Amino acid sequence: MLESCADPSSLSGLAWFACYLTTGKHMAFYLSFGTVLLLLVITAPAALLFGFGGALASRSGIAPLRWFGRAYIAMVRGVPEIIFFLFVPLAIDQGFEYLRHKVMCPDWSEPIRQGNDFVVCTAAKLPLNADPQWMHEIYGFLLAILAFAIVYGAFAANTIRGAFDAVPRAQIETAQAFGMTGRQVFWRVHMPQMWVYALPGLSNLWMILTKATPLLFLLGIEDIVFWARELGSMKTRAFAYPHPNWQLWYFLGLLVFYLGLTRVSEMVLARLNAHFSHGQATLAGRGQGGIGR
Amino acid sequence: MKSLIKGVVAGLAFSVAFSGIANAQTIRMGTEGAYPPYNFINDSGEVDGFERELGDELCKRASLTCEWVTNEWDSIIPNLVSGNYDTIIAGMSITEERDKVIDFTQDYFPPSPSLFVALSGGSVDLAGGVIAAQTATIQAGFVSASGATLVEFATPDETIQAVRNGEADAVLADGDYLMPIVDESNGELAVVGQESIGGGIGMGIRESDAELKSRMDKAIGSMKADGTLNTMIKKWFGDDANVF
Repeated sequence: MLESCADPSSLSGLAWFACYLTTGKHMAFYLSFGTVLLLLVITAPAALLFGFGGALASRSGIAPLRWFGRAYIAMVRGVPEIIFFLFVPLAIDQGFEYLRHKVMCPDWSEPIRQGNDFVVCTAAKLPLNADPQWMHEIYGFLLAILAFAIVYGAFAANTIRGAFDAVPRAQIETAQAFGMTGRQVFWRVHMPQMWVYALPGLSNLWMILTKATPLLFLLGIEDIVFWARELGSMKTRAFAYPHPNWQLWYFLGLLVFYLGLTRVSEMVLARLNAHFSHGQATLAGRGQGGIGR
Repeated sequence: MKSLIKGVVAGLAFSVAFSGIANAQTIRMGTEGAYPPYNFINDSGEVDGFERELGDELCKRASLTCEWVTNEWDSIIPNLVSGNYDTIIAGMSITEERDKVIDFTQDYFPPSPSLFVALSGGSVDLAGGVIAAQTATIQAGFVSASGATLVEFATPDETIQAVRNGEADAVLADGDYLMPIVDESNGELAVVGQESIGGGIGMGIRESDAELKSRMDKAIGSMKADGTLNTMIKKWFGDDANVF
């Protein structure tokens, strides 16, 4: 904080704003943009991995694996996200703590479920009660990534499954006729052609994911929407910088951020689409003597 | 001297280990952070307010280290019973319904009236109009039982917005939260009614955590006895505030 900001009530005009916009709370707001971008950058590949796994499982020749894949896609897609985010991270967290409790405190005699309470021994807490707050925050962040990856993975799985089915049968048969093994057919012909069909659906998911981060507040993670609401809300004289409700301005700021993010995403997705379409027997690819050559 | 200190430390650690809160010297205090002057996030991003000052003092008297965490009001009880933090200190009135799920310490804030606030100048039908209140509060319960139409919001700030933009005819909330807002609204808002709902405010603690509850009870008792609690209430809520 700047030294001239020691007494905000004596300031006015630009000086007031300069101090106001550099408070610790505003710094947390600016940092939360980084949190959101980091979350997106980690979650997107994680969700893609879940989606890919789910798609392969649901198309598997092994029946139990196929049932598992189909059940995953059907169940997770059917549960409202807000319920999922209230329940699953808590359940995952309690699952971890339960396992640690069993390993680390075998002598504990009291039950873990006491009425409404979930009680594990102190050493089994994750993170430990005495751990600094940043460790709790990182842990919450990891839980959030896992939850997002599971939810968006289910949607991605269905998209990718459809894309696998959309690859023309003739392509696969030709590859087989060349004497390729099943593995070669999959890696060299089937999967490279799948992406072009999956990309529109996956890009939809990405755009929805970028706007889903306010759900993080259910996990105690403070994202940009939380801070915009908190900073913009009316401040009485209990605060150093009292002001009326300014949420409109903060949300306009978020609008600019999201429009920018959308623009960048579109540019990247267009390049990806051009890359995957190259040489394909599709209208976009203009590869195999189709129209528009 | 060093070994003496070591001995004392070991003795303390031993007694704490036996007191049930096995070496959990650190207690996580859960609050909402959106209800000034009870609790709010100040301009440097820290939890601040009456309950921050009170909680720090209670922890000192109970010889505990306290870490502050914020959680949204809606899920504040589920996260307590699940063990994400150890206390709720968030302007939560002691009610029978909540007492079935969690335990409360003795009250650290006496019963204080709730107010109806509306745009000044109009006439408001408090019994049959549209009244805003925060979700899962005693005020929301009161409105829904009163016959008026209840509109609920997740945060206290949104209830005020609803009155300002005409979505609700009036808001019902704790007077201590509403009064500074009315005073600073330049006559835009006015108090149009008063209601006495609920008892005092206490600290919420897991039912299985009897040890922590008794330590906090004792600390609150000692603050009541030496008058520091009343001084603190007057500091944050003004000289007219109800005291013990």
